Amino acid sequence: MATEKLLMKGNEAIAEAAVRAGCKLFFGYPITPQNEIPEYMSKRLYEIDGGHFVQAESEVAASNMIYGAAAVGQRAMTSSSSPGISLKQEGLSYCAGSELPVVCVNIMRGGPGLGSIQPSPSDYFPATRPGHGDFRYIVLAPSSVQEAADLVMDAFDLADTYRNPVLVLGDGLIGQMMEPVVFKDYEPRAFDKTWCASGCEGREKNIINSLYLEPSVLEEHNLHLFEKYAEIERKEVRVERYRMEDAEIALAAYGTTARIGKTAIQALRAEGLKVGMIRPITLWPFPWAAFREAAPGLRFVLDVEMSMGQMIQDVRMGVGEACPVHFYGRVGGMVPSPGEIVARVRALAG
Amino acid sequence: METEESKVVFSYPQGLARNPTHYCPGCLHGVAHRLVAEAVDELGIRGKTVGICPVGCSVLAYKYFNFDMIQASHGRAPAVATGVKRARPDLYCFTYQGDGDLASIGMAEIIHAANRGERFTVIFYNNAIYGMTGGQMAPTTLVGMKTSTSPTGRDPGLRGAGYPIHMAELLATLEAPLYVARCSLLTAKDILRAKKAVKRAFELQPQGFSFVELIGTCPTNWGMAAVESLDWAKTHMLPVFPVGVFRDRLGESAGQEG
Repeated sequence: MATEKLLMKGNEAIAEAAVRAGCKLFFGYPITPQNEIPEYMSKRLYEIDGGHFVQAESEVAASNMIYGAAAVGQRAMTSSSSPGISLKQEGLSYCAGSELPVVCVNIMRGGPGLGSIQPSPSDYFPATRPGHGDFRYIVLAPSSVQEAADLVMDAFDLADTYRNPVLVLGDGLIGQMMEPVVFKDYEPRAFDKTWCASGCEGREKNIINSLYLEPSVLEEHNLHLFEKYAEIERKEVRVERYRMEDAEIALAAYGTTARIGKTAIQALRAEGLKVGMIRPITLWPFPWAAFREAAPGLRFVLDVEMSMGQMIQDVRMGVGEACPVHFYGRVGGMVPSPGEIVARVRALAG
Repeated sequence: METEESKVVFSYPQGLARNPTHYCPGCLHGVAHRLVAEAVDELGIRGKTVGICPVGCSVLAYKYFNFDMIQASHGRAPAVATGVKRARPDLYCFTYQGDGDLASIGMAEIIHAANRGERFTVIFYNNAIYGMTGGQMAPTTLVGMKTSTSPTGRDPGLRGAGYPIHMAELLATLEAPLYVARCSLLTAKDILRAKKAVKRAFELQPQGFSFVELIGTCPTNWGMAAVESLDWAKTHMLPVFPVGVFRDRLGESAGQEG
């Protein structure tokens, strides 16, 4: 089974990976360019014992449905695209406050407002500096259909390990393009579910709650969350270092932009420029250390984004004063070509 | 203690935790909580019941019920209950919501959960005002009723403040709900009727959606003494919100007074 290679759209691969990771419940709402996820789930989940698909009345409702499903101990997922993710922030903040393991997929599109339906990964800020209150999601950013499928499976385990929301952050390009994918054999692990509010037969009652009216108690709760986040920062950073062994110049890019950057690097290397890439896979926890360690040996870092520059703040935090950090971005659903990145690096390299 | 000569006819429900509540003197939330707890006790389902409490005065209901509880964000309790029951259809689940929570910010969630025929029970406490936030106008506030955001009285005319929304009647226009009733908590007789409705609603849960609206009071924000508030509700609320069973798909009492 694990060797079966399938040609799938990113959105469908994401949905199938979730099902194979034991997700039986999906709550979604239509929005382009992620519609294939709810469409796929509306068929697939009814092939599974106990599977349910609900087309929710809104993204707000969907994010509160996963809250309910997770509160009784089941794996649940929702998905949306940028404007819809704004609405899901409510439920996800409650999930973080109540420490519920849920997975949410954002197949980003252009913004602000209704923006466009073209790929536009410009939700780095709301992903890494999420909703109301002091909390974090684990944010996984795939740059291929294969990686999207792999990360979705990991997302469920990370959510259960830390009892925290996990956001899979793709964009319209990852969601819509077709690529070969091999689903890894998913090994179900046992997680503690004794905290669930799934009926108090034979035990004291459990409460799922994010309300702490006493300031000292809420402070304690927040400190507890941040101890957990510190552990995540220690253990769960994922980063790809691409051709960094001898690199004198580094691109910083994630997701779709990183794919384009790799093509640019091949062209630049052919010209004799030693260019590599640091690609954050977890946007939170961010691989600050990867930048901190590499920066002293670099002439400069070029941060490439399909936004006006959001991740660059974290890149600068990692690099510090060790070398200059430049920026190149396209926005509004305009996808940068490798040639544009090559030209930018060439100009900066002098 | 039971002996041959005496037996227990009234006691503290198992479904209620022995916590003092924060509710104001004369508030009827305590009565409504007790009706839910008694229904759960009598049906023997305490061990597989999950309650969803709202935002509003009953936000702390998770402290007062003695079974598993989930606190929901404002208005979303029916969405949370949908997640619970889709994940675990074997559980019993109810939402406990006030008028601001259910009929304003949560209107989409309640309508669509009812329309899908989700298999849980909604207990809707309607006292025509936002209590917890200090007495603002609710969707069920009566025309002319003064609140902190309708200081000259709710005015559907020039101020465009709208009319009271009749949730039970509204939900009874949908195809899916099995049971929709409105009861009053204003007299002992009313409370006994309300108890039957609440129990009926829970009994129907394996089959589908059930909804019980309970007409209650808010002496504090109405600016009245407890007894006065009961009289006011009888005179002013019941004519606008008549009690009755608006839907009983599996029973024979549809259309009759509850």
